[in-house]
Amino acid sequence: MSDLTYLSLKDVTLAYGKSVAVDRLNLDITRGELIALLGPSGCGKTTTMRAITGLMRPAAGRITLDGADITYLPANKRQVGLVFQSYALFPHLNVFENVAFGLRLKKLGGKALDTKVDGGLDLVGLSHLADRKPAELSGGQQQRVALARSLVMDPKVLLLDEPLSNLDARLRLEMRTELQRVQRESGVTMVFVTHDQSEALALADRIVVMKDGYIEQLGTPEDVYDRPSTRFVADFVGFENIFTTENGKLKTADGEVLLSPGTPIDGTVKGLAWRPSKVALGSGPFSGIVKGSSFAGHAREYLLDSALGPIKAEQPVPHDAYDIGDRIAFDLAPDHAARLTRME
Amino acid sequence: MTGRLLSYVTLTLVLAFLLGPFLIIVAAALSAGETLAFPPQGLSLKWVFKVFEIESFRNSFALSMFLAVFGTLAALILGVPVAYAASRYKLPFRETLRTIVSAPIIVPGIIVGLALLRYLVIPLDVGIGLALFIAHTALILPYAVRVVSASLENLRSDIEEAAVILGSSRAGAFFRVVLPNIRNGILAAFILGFVTSFNQVPVSLFLSGPGVRTLPIDMIWYMEITYDPSVAALAALLAFLSIAIVFLAERFLGFSRYV
Ligand SMILES: Nc1ncnc2c1ncn2[C@@H]1O[C@H](COP(=O)(O)OP(=O)(O)O)[C@@H](O)[C@H]1O
Ligand SMILES: [Mg+2]
Repeated sequence: MSDLTYLSLKDVTLAYGKSVAVDRLNLDITRGELIALLGPSGCGKTTTMRAITGLMRPAAGRITLDGADITYLPANKRQVGLVFQSYALFPHLNVFENVAFGLRLKKLGGKALDTKVDGGLDLVGLSHLADRKPAELSGGQQQRVALARSLVMDPKVLLLDEPLSNLDARLRLEMRTELQRVQRESGVTMVFVTHDQSEALALADRIVVMKDGYIEQLGTPEDVYDRPSTRFVADFVGFENIFTTENGKLKTADGEVLLSPGTPIDGTVKGLAWRPSKVALGSGPFSGIVKGSSFAGHAREYLLDSALGPIKAEQPVPHDAYDIGDRIAFDLAPDHAARLTRME
Repeated sequence: MTGRLLSYVTLTLVLAFLLGPFLIIVAAALSAGETLAFPPQGLSLKWVFKVFEIESFRNSFALSMFLAVFGTLAALILGVPVAYAASRYKLPFRETLRTIVSAPIIVPGIIVGLALLRYLVIPLDVGIGLALFIAHTALILPYAVRVVSASLENLRSDIEEAAVILGSSRAGAFFRVVLPNIRNGILAAFILGFVTSFNQVPVSLFLSGPGVRTLPIDMIWYMEITYDPSVAALAALLAFLSIAIVFLAERFLGFSRYV
């Protein structure tokens, strides 16, 4: 834990009865950061959120926030905000009262309350709908109310569970920008959950990639996108050609293959992975037969059958397209490979 | 063509069957004659006014009112937590709980009444009034649980968690965000319970004593002794009261959604 750490999870284990959902999770977050929890459905993202809010007690480990141990602090004392995936607005209260709910519990009233609520509604652009009931709002508007309701509490950390997944494609893009703006204007430390890598890459300062209840990789969007460190992350961000390595050589079904010279590969590397766009077609020590070819707008994608196994390659268009059945040479340059330290 | 004719005939028969007795009672109530009869002998409102002068009707009406109001309140005080617990927690004995709670409507009322008389009133010397109160509460409980459960079913549980995160206690969340959202369900349960209790005969049949009779039982008693149209007048008044209640409930609560 560095001096800058604001929210810290240390060896946090979370279980439903006997089944462990999150296993010894460690995570340090700096004040004002925007963190994305990225991973497939069921990997423990929501569970982790619930532990940070206090809705769920860890089976082991500690959580600290702003210098204080909050592991056993009840949810209503934590000053952590949560925007639910389902928004969880109060159906019997109008927009104003939904946003005012937590403030009233803080015994805020009169002018101070109005100012605060109006400020919150302004921030999300909903001042004109203050009298509506949640049922009279669109999904995107409900989302904004939920956001305002959490923000007016001035939480130390604001958590958002799949904030964009219930919105249609156009609204999703709009809300993305909106979230970024709100975060910038309020300066609040934010953790949001998503299973969509493009969302995480576009929004987050740092990305936590999760799988089966533990962290696969933690890094900047560039780290995760360009330098995945495990097979799972590489696969998740689109490295479609993944090979096991041993002593700097690729292991294939037919034995070991020496790569063309390039950056040396040290012993801790257990695998190498290439994006289709990084497979050089037309020359190189390997060759394969074109089995499939499809147009993808910016490029043409090929499926090759080679001694290394199936290879996915991509060639920017326009170019002279290869035909099915052609034998073509290709190269897998070590310089363009992601070095993977875990292959399971 | 014949198919359509047949369905009109059926519809008419069903309506006659449902509304016939009611119309006959109303007609009999407006009779000017001295005995309960149909068709009525002349028209008058005298039996309708007579109803209010019969003291035993006044007493039994008060008892029935008391049972309907406080029996239903007691059933709700017991039933709302049961419905809440059953909907929010994965109780291991959830189905058993449901069965137990439903028992009073599955077991014939006459048996419930007899059982209470035989094992509560006689051996333990429990007063008839108290026994009636217990019986009516138990009888309304299944309706209360069912109707309140139905409205809880439509309420997501995450709003309680949202309330807690915003600073409310668990109990506070129940009162602040659960109760207001099931208010109509509770009102519907109250009306249903009230009407059920008020019209209840078989259980109350056994639980009556000198001067302690619910209104329906008292009406049976009265008819055995005095065969005049005042019973019909009372029945008609009660029917109109029930219709008015259900009409208002439907109008303001959408009552039929809950039952
Ligand atoms: N209430 C629950 N009871 C038992 N198991 C649960 C419960 N909620 C989630 N789980 C399990 O915990 C794991 C993580 O779930 P969750 O945190 O909801 O995943 P995510 O939000 O990443 O989709 C899953 O295997 C899920 O089946
Ligand atoms: Mg989830």
